[in-house]
Amino acid sequence: MSEITSQSLTELVKNIKEKKISSEEITRSFVVRSEKSKSLNSYITEDFSSALKKAKIFDTKPNFDLKLPGIPIAVKDLFCTNGLKTTAGSKILNNFVPTYESTVTQNIWNEGAILLGKLNCDEFAMGSSNETSFFGNVQNPINKGLVPGGSSGGSASALAANLTPITIGTDTGGSIRQPASFTGTVGLKPTYGSCSRYGIVAFASSLDQAGPMSKNVKDCALLQEVISTYDAKDSTSIDFKRKNYFKELTKNIKGKKIGIPKEYRVDGMPNVIEELWTKGIEYAKNCGAEILDISLPHTNYALPAYYIVAPAEASSNLARYDGVKYGLRSKGENLIDMYEKTRSEGFGAEVQRRIMIGTYVLSSGYYDAYYLKAQKVRKLIKNDFDEAYKKVDAILTPSTPSSAFKIGEKTNDPVSMYLNDIFTVPVNLSGLPAISIPAGVDGKGYPLGLQIIGKAFDEQNILNIAYAMEEKINFKNKITDWWIK
Amino acid sequence: MTIDLKTIKNISKLSRISVDDAKAKKLEGDLNSIFEFIEKLNELKTDNVEPLTSVAETTLKLRSDEVKSKDIRDQILKNSPENNEDFFVVPKVVE
Amino acid sequence: MDKVSKVNTEFLISRKKNIYEVIIGLEVHAQVTSNSKLFSSSSTKFGAEPNTQVSLVDAAFPGMLPVINEFCVKQAIKTGIGLKAQINKRSVFDRKNYFYADLPQGYQISQFKHPIVGEGTVVLDMPNGQKEVGIERLHLEQDAGKSIHDIDPQNTMVDLNRSGIALMEIVSKPDLRSPDEVNVYIKKLRSIMRYLGTCDGNMQEGSLRADVNVSVRIKGTDKLGTRCEIKNVNSIKFMQMAINYEANRQVDLIEEGKSIDQETRLFDTKKNETRSMRSKEDAHDYRYFPDPDLLPLEVTDDFVEKIKSEIPELPDEKKKRFIEKFKLSPYEATILVSDIETSKYFEEVIENSDVKLATNWITGELFAVLNNKNLEISESPISSKNLSKLINLIKDGTISGKIAKTIFELMMDSDKDPQKIVEEKGLIQESDPKALETLINKVIVDNPDKVKEYKSGKEKLFGFFVGQVMKASNGKANPQLVNDILKKKL
Repeated sequence: MSEITSQSLTELVKNIKEKKISSEEITRSFVVRSEKSKSLNSYITEDFSSALKKAKIFDTKPNFDLKLPGIPIAVKDLFCTNGLKTTAGSKILNNFVPTYESTVTQNIWNEGAILLGKLNCDEFAMGSSNETSFFGNVQNPINKGLVPGGSSGGSASALAANLTPITIGTDTGGSIRQPASFTGTVGLKPTYGSCSRYGIVAFASSLDQAGPMSKNVKDCALLQEVISTYDAKDSTSIDFKRKNYFKELTKNIKGKKIGIPKEYRVDGMPNVIEELWTKGIEYAKNCGAEILDISLPHTNYALPAYYIVAPAEASSNLARYDGVKYGLRSKGENLIDMYEKTRSEGFGAEVQRRIMIGTYVLSSGYYDAYYLKAQKVRKLIKNDFDEAYKKVDAILTPSTPSSAFKIGEKTNDPVSMYLNDIFTVPVNLSGLPAISIPAGVDGKGYPLGLQIIGKAFDEQNILNIAYAMEEKINFKNKITDWWIK
Repeated sequence: MTIDLKTIKNISKLSRISVDDAKAKKLEGDLNSIFEFIEKLNELKTDNVEPLTSVAETTLKLRSDEVKSKDIRDQILKNSPENNEDFFVVPKVVE
Repeated sequence: MDKVSKVNTEFLISRKKNIYEVIIGLEVHAQVTSNSKLFSSSSTKFGAEPNTQVSLVDAAFPGMLPVINEFCVKQAIKTGIGLKAQINKRSVFDRKNYFYADLPQGYQISQFKHPIVGEGTVVLDMPNGQKEVGIERLHLEQDAGKSIHDIDPQNTMVDLNRSGIALMEIVSKPDLRSPDEVNVYIKKLRSIMRYLGTCDGNMQEGSLRADVNVSVRIKGTDKLGTRCEIKNVNSIKFMQMAINYEANRQVDLIEEGKSIDQETRLFDTKKNETRSMRSKEDAHDYRYFPDPDLLPLEVTDDFVEKIKSEIPELPDEKKKRFIEKFKLSPYEATILVSDIETSKYFEEVIENSDVKLATNWITGELFAVLNNKNLEISESPISSKNLSKLINLIKDGTISGKIAKTIFELMMDSDKDPQKIVEEKGLIQESDPKALETLINKVIVDNPDKVKEYKSGKEKLFGFFVGQVMKASNGKANPQLVNDILKKKL
């Protein structure tokens, strides 16, 4: 049996069910490794002693009918966890302890998993490099000084560094898929409405979606089975028949039609990305898929539309952080003064910027020109996909326009930071599912991902395609443990 | 569409975030470059397009009129910045 | 219970050269009668200990989401039907964004561009005829919590019990022209909703509040003047006082050649004047946008039809029926249908007794007593059953009207069966002609000079004889028979 922390989720589940290892052993392995890896700064809150206690309890009366029996898992600090501090990467929630649990994490605990701790992320999920977190930068285990991507940077980093066997993140404009690409891991953003948003700190309500981040596609499918449920407490949750994603996972994708959208070939796209994409097309063909050229004409307008809709919704969602009911309160002479000081001191610069943008695009006189216009463009983008899906079953694109960049490289230029999401954002705007799998490396040896976009509710199909291609690609993440002295 | 300092002061008031002159100047630069990027949408003609209402392909589900939530005042006030057993306490509004 | 004024003059404001009329529009906020809140399942009961009817959703904790209450939707549609209004099968919930301590989300979920109910009408019964007031729309929205400013001098206390309770906002067209009309309009709205059971209209408990929009213009001109909004007035009396003050304030400004600022004002109930609300001025930009946590509300024709089938007879229809079936006057009918409890009481009484008598006794004696004791008809000490019995005793001649009044007063203390009171106190009126003749003869014999005077032309003395007979009979003589017999004898 290989080292515990190197094992995949499905391997660990198999081994614990076969009584080859105990929950306590698994948990202790991840705790020990996590404690050696503090310099990555992947965690905001560790819950190690509590996790070990729970593991011991599990071992005394193990239930192996569960899907994640005794498996320790750390989660993004955007999911409210009952009794454990939940900060959303922000100073304004630095002392907030929820008395309730998010539906997605409850689903995970219901299947026997154990909470290891809360993982770092960009503040309120706003960012593409985990550099906006109040709790500091996160290191990408691939190499020192590299960003892990964002906003689920802590999740991707902890996963790639084997500090957790699997994890969950949230994706609003690419926040699962982009860090997956940057760290050589797998990340799935499910169809909008597939996973409940109840108990997840909201960023942009019409775009946010929780999803699995894993070392391989099989693990991803297993966790997706666990977290995707209909929840009546979320009015945007959809009651559709969910497949047994793990059980029905297959590499047989013969005859599946995969579209290649020409508009994703953007100006100035680095050669290495173009090559990766071409290679990916070959892999897909090798798996028996049929490749077709398609057009998604409004692709170029997705990012501007996103940077109107997301901040607009965020500006309203973050209005509740006012120092009245919970979180930080700064001293003020009167109510308005208290609000202004609390929010100026509690929110970081990127969050403040986006709240301002959002407030502006919704303000009287500008609503039609910006917000309404963006919602119309969104309709056009969705129509593009609907048209394409008349001809194809899935769409293959690169996940990111580059590999992981250096910490600090893009912090002074918001727009260049936003351009990271160019391939991922259209998917959120249309509410479709998409998965990123590691597909190669660039000249520096840093991982690059390929994205497979599916039809609404067709996660099984893209998981299958990813599963088939993963085998052909045979990617091996080169983690050297450089941060462990 | 350029955003001037006056507009920034106005937006900051609406969003209840205080902004001093230095901060406002930095924001002016950042917001204007972001808006230049967003302006790209104006290239598209959308007069006859219906705005998207939701990507959730479902109808609004209705809940039955039952009282399910109980008295959880302790929980509700537990995280309150100002300790009081019954109320949330805030500084007075200046009328 | 107010008396319906029989006098309705036009409400005009005169100055040296100009006569002004007042244009009034009302935005009424009516709390929906339901068990739980609009988007959460907390209780809506009035008077609970602070913050004990607050859920995580109501307090806007991170990650909390709204889920709509089906019954509140039905109540809004029901009210719309009662307002003869268009029901919009598709409506949208929007966020109205502003900051205030009693607004935990930092926005109110309301409906802006696509309300659930569209245009309708309300008919007012004014003394000089009926008047139709247009309804612009009705929409559903969340109520806010309560800010209490007078417990602590430095701080404000916030109670979120009320936060999230469903409100129906009913917007009238600017068709009202006087404080009198406002009075009748509010009462009519309240009555319709009480008939439907969609709002209890209890203004003291805050179930019904209104924002009043007032503008003035020179009589005879068309253009609407600049209006001011007087927010959150919670009694009809205050609405009338506020309108009076505000209209005069605006006229004074115009007469001085000044312009009127469109603004939001408060009515100061102590000083009896309106004043500008400085702090709300920059909250004008609500940045409405469709709430992304909710989807558009879609109701089917069947859904609406089912609600229609549950509508009881409403005041206007009931009034028509009372006039046609029972031959009541419009005035009487209006009073009897004005409140559902009154109409219920009346209909119970007339199930078994005379309509005319019932009308008179309810609108006369009963209302007078209830007014005196400040009681609602639902709190009446005399049950409809017993009033019905009393009326029957009059009708079948057992007692006279006068005796009935006595019995009525006794019933006020105990709601006793009038039959029993009659028996206990021996109040059956004397209707035996022979017995009456005996009494009458005695009176005539005892008062020869009065008889002489009467016969020589002093007709007024007839009353004296009647009085004497009543006295001799301890008030029990049947007045009608006494009259007949006396006439014959004299």
